[in-house]
Amino acid sequence: MDLQAGQLLLVQGGNGRGKTSFLRLLSGLSQPAAGEVRWNGESIDRNREAYHQAMVYLAHANGVKDDLTPVENVQIYAGLRGQKLVPAEIEPVLVRMGLAACLDLPARVLSFGQRRRVALAGLLVSGALLWILDEPLTGLDVRGVAEVETLLREHVQAGGMVVMTTHQPLRLQGVDTVPLQIGPVMQVDDPVSVSAHEEA
Amino acid sequence: MWRFLMTVIRRDLLLAARRKGDWLTSQFFFVMVVSMFPLGIGADPEQLRRVAGGVLWVAALLASLLSLQRLYADDHRDGSLEQMLLSPQPALILALGKAIAHWLIFGLPLLVIAPLLGLQFALPPDAIGTLVISLAIGTPVLSLLGGVGAALTLGLRGGGTLLTLLILPLYVPALIFGAGAVDGVLAGMGAEAQLSLLGAFMGLCLLLAPWVTGAALRVSVD
Repeated sequence: MDLQAGQLLLVQGGNGRGKTSFLRLLSGLSQPAAGEVRWNGESIDRNREAYHQAMVYLAHANGVKDDLTPVENVQIYAGLRGQKLVPAEIEPVLVRMGLAACLDLPARVLSFGQRRRVALAGLLVSGALLWILDEPLTGLDVRGVAEVETLLREHVQAGGMVVMTTHQPLRLQGVDTVPLQIGPVMQVDDPVSVSAHEEA
Repeated sequence: MWRFLMTVIRRDLLLAARRKGDWLTSQFFFVMVVSMFPLGIGADPEQLRRVAGGVLWVAALLASLLSLQRLYADDHRDGSLEQMLLSPQPALILALGKAIAHWLIFGLPLLVIAPLLGLQFALPPDAIGTLVISLAIGTPVLSLLGGVGAALTLGLRGGGTLLTLLILPLYVPALIFGAGAVDGVLAGMGAEAQLSLLGAFMGLCLLLAPWVTGAALRVSVD
């Protein structure tokens, strides 16, 4: 299968069906037993550097250090990708993610959802083309979910790519969404979630 | 590449500064173990002088093991190790940066304490100088080889014990040449030969250990 610029691949499937394993294969953290992941037509093993420069991966674990403040976390995240950012460049992004009140608190005292927002701010400053997101909505409140939907829409419409999994309904009108079903389609009796799935 | 390396080092130093208790433990352990020996074997200066090099070196090896268990374990648990491995830079740079940061946090303070502990063992000034030089060349070996062990035992239950069994035999050359250098000075033979061999061993570790550690990290997160 192929994913083009400006598309969002929505990976769906029940618990334990291998969505996370699939995303780890795509990110290059795991090696496939058979087959190949290609970026720009070239195997990611051969041009790992270019691929990882263009990709960010948000895993279940946020990768946020408890002893550092959100600003330091994002600064280091960017530094590991070779970017040099000053706090003045990072703060607006964190404010956008709704973290204005906790810019200089250690991440230890933040709630799970707030730490998720710090990790999402890392994605935003990275400027990467491909976002691989494993359950990005976990722990986010209603406004957080709406913010992520806006981010996804902006990113895809600006020509970016997204591969993501989620169990929550998403409002992604106007986004070129490619569904990918892993395992059998889940039979849902609840009419609300059914309509939400169709919408996505 | 340079920025990535500096970020890894700066990050670990910043984290260490935020939790001083974590890394001070191994320094205190070092001081305690070394201080136990004069109490245990008696205060005869001649006897203390004879064992000083060996005792200080063995204590340094054991103290390094205390701090190594957490070298990658914390980052593995909170997911930041994966993020670091997904950076565009090769994993060996990450391993090198972590080893340098570990040495700055663990090895450097040891060099500062060692002369004081040398006095406790009635070492003459030239032997203390040699001791510090041998630790300066030898402690990077502990950080580099320790990184290999920490990466290999990542995510295992009881990894700490396994780390000890895995790494201590690899430390043996550093122990022999390091302690041998101090004994050489005491015996009036000079320490150049031992220190050169220790330096060669350090060079070898510097070349190979980050590479092996990087490969082990990739396997551990797979």
